[in-house]
Amino acid sequence: MIPRHQTVLFVILLLASVIMGAVLWNQLRRAHERLLRGEVSAPTQAPQVAPAEQATLMVANDADNSVEARILTLPLPQNPEARARAVLGKLLDLYAAPDAAHPVPGGANSIAQVFLLPIADAGGKASPAAGQLAVVNFTSAFAAGHPSGLETETLTILSICATLNANLPRVTQVRFLVDGQTRATLAGHADLTRTYLAAETVPRP
Amino acid sequence: MFRRCRFILLLTALAASIPVTPQAPPAGARFVVVLDAAHGGDDPGARLGNRAEKDYTLALSVKLRSLLMARGIAVVTTRESGADVDADRRAEIANRANAAACLNLHAALASPKSGPAVHLFISSLPSAADARFVPWKTAQSAWIRRSTELAGVLNSALTHAGITVTLGRTSLPAIDSMACPAVAVEIAPQRFADAQDAASADDAGFEAKVAEALAAALVEWRADGAQFGERRP
Repeated sequence: MIPRHQTVLFVILLLASVIMGAVLWNQLRRAHERLLRGEVSAPTQAPQVAPAEQATLMVANDADNSVEARILTLPLPQNPEARARAVLGKLLDLYAAPDAAHPVPGGANSIAQVFLLPIADAGGKASPAAGQLAVVNFTSAFAAGHPSGLETETLTILSICATLNANLPRVTQVRFLVDGQTRATLAGHADLTRTYLAAETVPRP
Repeated sequence: MFRRCRFILLLTALAASIPVTPQAPPAGARFVVVLDAAHGGDDPGARLGNRAEKDYTLALSVKLRSLLMARGIAVVTTRESGADVDADRRAEIANRANAAACLNLHAALASPKSGPAVHLFISSLPSAADARFVPWKTAQSAWIRRSTELAGVLNSALTHAGITVTLGRTSLPAIDSMACPAVAVEIAPQRFADAQDAASADDAGFEAKVAEALAAALVEWRADGAQFGERRP
């Protein structure tokens, strides 16, 4: 015969175990939902908390094969790499607009990253005086969707080089990658294997 | 047998002792134009309706060759079929031909805002003085001045024919390795309204007009070359 107080204690412990299990399961479910919500709402673009500044965009025009300066006010981050990406993103947003003079689909998301690397001097050491090399990493979707043609591809490359040079004067050289890999041409014409000079002559209107 | 070998050795030694200097072409040297139809093989280039750029440039090359030969100009083409020819081989053909002009032919859809046009490009390499030995990848740098002059002659002829022309500079490995006046010509015909048609009548007319203007420009270029008597940069 089991004493009454032991039965009562057993029932209380059993109830406590069930309640604790329910609480734990509920907390686990909530934590999982929080995690999922966090993934979905992760910002894909930098929050526009940076102060608005003037940026010079070198905008291409297919009609007369020219690149023209356009000054816009944009929220620009202080980090140079993020700043370069923001400026180039805005340039590609202009090209993706329906009435663009140099229509290229893709927009700001076409640039995966921009890296700024020091350029080595004659002695092989990184020198601030030698300037910086900007490595622009396009997405493969951008390269696949870019219109094929000598003029259109050349204008895209030159306008990116000129825009980097106008906003980040320390950038003296530019290289291009697609999905982190070197690629022969952008869309069949413009050479992506070479290093471009940021101050490369751009055709003026 | 021994005498013969000695004679050959003597000739070889004599030839080696003569300094090799760039020779101006003899008077009456052939005026050769190289037509380089871009793309080919697995590389179709741009899509022009249901026609690939590689086919368009090949057809234009054949048409232009006929027009030039009818005007007494010797023509060398870099490709005669749909096969691919790499950039080094194209430059090699142009350099071996001792070309007086090389046209690298491209095609792309016209800008929706500007309509049909021709885009002329010279190499974006910086101009450099001619040297006895030049790096293969930058051989064109010694020819920038002459290439600019050739682009000017082409521009005049095309504009005279009522064709919209834009001028620019670009980096193209095939042209950068050419040791001759070289211009990339990109023809941008009217947009194809009907994808079933390879080209509308207007496009065919535009293509013929461009070919005639290019042929006229090269005849003028030949006359200029004869006047100045130079083929070196």
